[in-house]
Amino acid sequence: MSETAEGLSLRQSRPRYGEKIIRSILALAAFVSIFTTFGIVVSLLIPSIEFFLEVPITDFLFGTVWTPLFKNGEFGVIPLLSGTIVITLIAIAVAIPLGLGASIYLSEYASDRVRKVLKPTLEVLAGIPTVVFGFFALEFLTQAILIKIFPEIEVFNALSAGLIMGVMIIPTIASLSEDAMAAVPSGLRDGAYALGSSKRQTAMKVVMPAALSGIVAAFVLGISRAIGETMIVTIAAGLQPQLSFNPLMGMQTMTSYIAAAGSGDLATGSIEYKSIFAVGMLLFLLTFIMNIFSIRLVRRFRQAYQ
Amino acid sequence: MWLLFVSLAIGVFTLVVLLTYVTIKGWPRLDIRLFTNMPSVRDPENAGAQSAITGTLWVISFTALVALPTGVMAALYLEEFARPNSRSQRFIEVNIQNLAAVPSIVYGILGLAVFARALALGQSVITAALTLALLVLPVIIISTREALRAVPRNIRDGSLALGATEWQTAYRQTLPAAIPGIATGTILALSRAIGEAAPLLLLGAVSFITFNPDGVLSDYTTLPIQIFNWTKDSREEFQVLAAATIVVLLLILLAMNFVAIWIRNKTQKRW
Repeated sequence: MSETAEGLSLRQSRPRYGEKIIRSILALAAFVSIFTTFGIVVSLLIPSIEFFLEVPITDFLFGTVWTPLFKNGEFGVIPLLSGTIVITLIAIAVAIPLGLGASIYLSEYASDRVRKVLKPTLEVLAGIPTVVFGFFALEFLTQAILIKIFPEIEVFNALSAGLIMGVMIIPTIASLSEDAMAAVPSGLRDGAYALGSSKRQTAMKVVMPAALSGIVAAFVLGISRAIGETMIVTIAAGLQPQLSFNPLMGMQTMTSYIAAAGSGDLATGSIEYKSIFAVGMLLFLLTFIMNIFSIRLVRRFRQAYQ
Repeated sequence: MWLLFVSLAIGVFTLVVLLTYVTIKGWPRLDIRLFTNMPSVRDPENAGAQSAITGTLWVISFTALVALPTGVMAALYLEEFARPNSRSQRFIEVNIQNLAAVPSIVYGILGLAVFARALALGQSVITAALTLALLVLPVIIISTREALRAVPRNIRDGSLALGATEWQTAYRQTLPAAIPGIATGTILALSRAIGEAAPLLLLGAVSFITFNPDGVLSDYTTLPIQIFNWTKDSREEFQVLAAATIVVLLLILLAMNFVAIWIRNKTQKRW
């Protein structure tokens, strides 16, 4: 026995260069995602810095007038920010209760058969292009319904965009919070039942608190999607930047400014062109913070129930 | 419990109303002219969406050509080759998760700065395809990794024990076993790209195009952009035209979804 072991090493006999090359090519593909993030940051940062050399950053962040196309235009981002906030608030006021309700129903109440029909339906809702939602908000919601309830509503208004955006986000919130609740160990539910809790008590007082960080992560991701959504607001909410909290009026958001200004043929060096990147930078930073927060929460939640 | 059911029903109800509304509204113009005629600003009665349909096909083909191999290779690396839970792997992972949630308009800014201006590709099919490829890459990577993870460990162990190298194992055993899952994920990712309009607004797709693309550097328009343009025109005929084009777009997406679900059901394997 000892003789055969001699000379028969389990160590690699010769280096496999082919394997190493393939491995590096695959690694390169994985690094494309890093290059993408890097590319986003650099392509936002350089024109933004040039922009802030012309417009002081304090004027940008705290200014309340946004008139980039005027001769001595002002670049105060507050009106765009307020438009974003108003529409996002309307959207989450719709999406959080409905999305959470839907997820509790799907994970705690629905029979397998009902779930098999309803889950794909929610996926279809998630797959509707946002330009279609925008058309629906403007043509149907505003002109067939809202105008009858609020006769003074403007054709382009924040309300219709926010409501439809809320419907758009329901599937995001519902499916992520359902995942979170499904990950709660069934032992916790059984324990609650054994102590005499009803189904509702179990869902509300045991499952939901146990899945809370996952649910909050779903909310945060939903808000991030609302802030970044472009087509619905561009079509249905109008393009007047104004500092107002009246949802019946038209508003411009950060995204719809970028879309409107970017679709014109702007000269590369002009201040309007650079303003796209400054607003884009702010948008990217806001959503980035929320995304990372949400990713962290999910990770912590998974570790807790492993 | 009924309250919970109602919250789910509202979403479903809105979907039904939306589908019914666009079908009824677009019905008068849902005919062959939509496919045979070009868009027109003067003649809404006969205008069609042919250039938008061919443009969508061009853009999405090249998107798939770039995004699919890159995404699958990246997923193979992360799932089969990278040291699990190493620092770099975790970093790439969080990075991909974040990219999946970056607003699509930001990808438009990236495409405008890098592909259209810095690389001087201009307002072309290839600029749009590269931008959309980056946009759907995270989705493809995430779903491909899930498909690879579902392949049982035994298959890899058996292959390695028979003397296959890591790459031979990944390429000849793990990857083929994961193909149905990868196909499903890719189709769903591409259907997202087809409906995407926001980044293309920055990449020149808004211009009025009455010809089909004839190459990767050609001007182009796509279905969502054409819908957007018609929605902006306040004349009623164009709203009808927009609705009819929406029906075409939704039918394409629905067909892709059915194919994806069909592949998933047909090949569902119990290991």
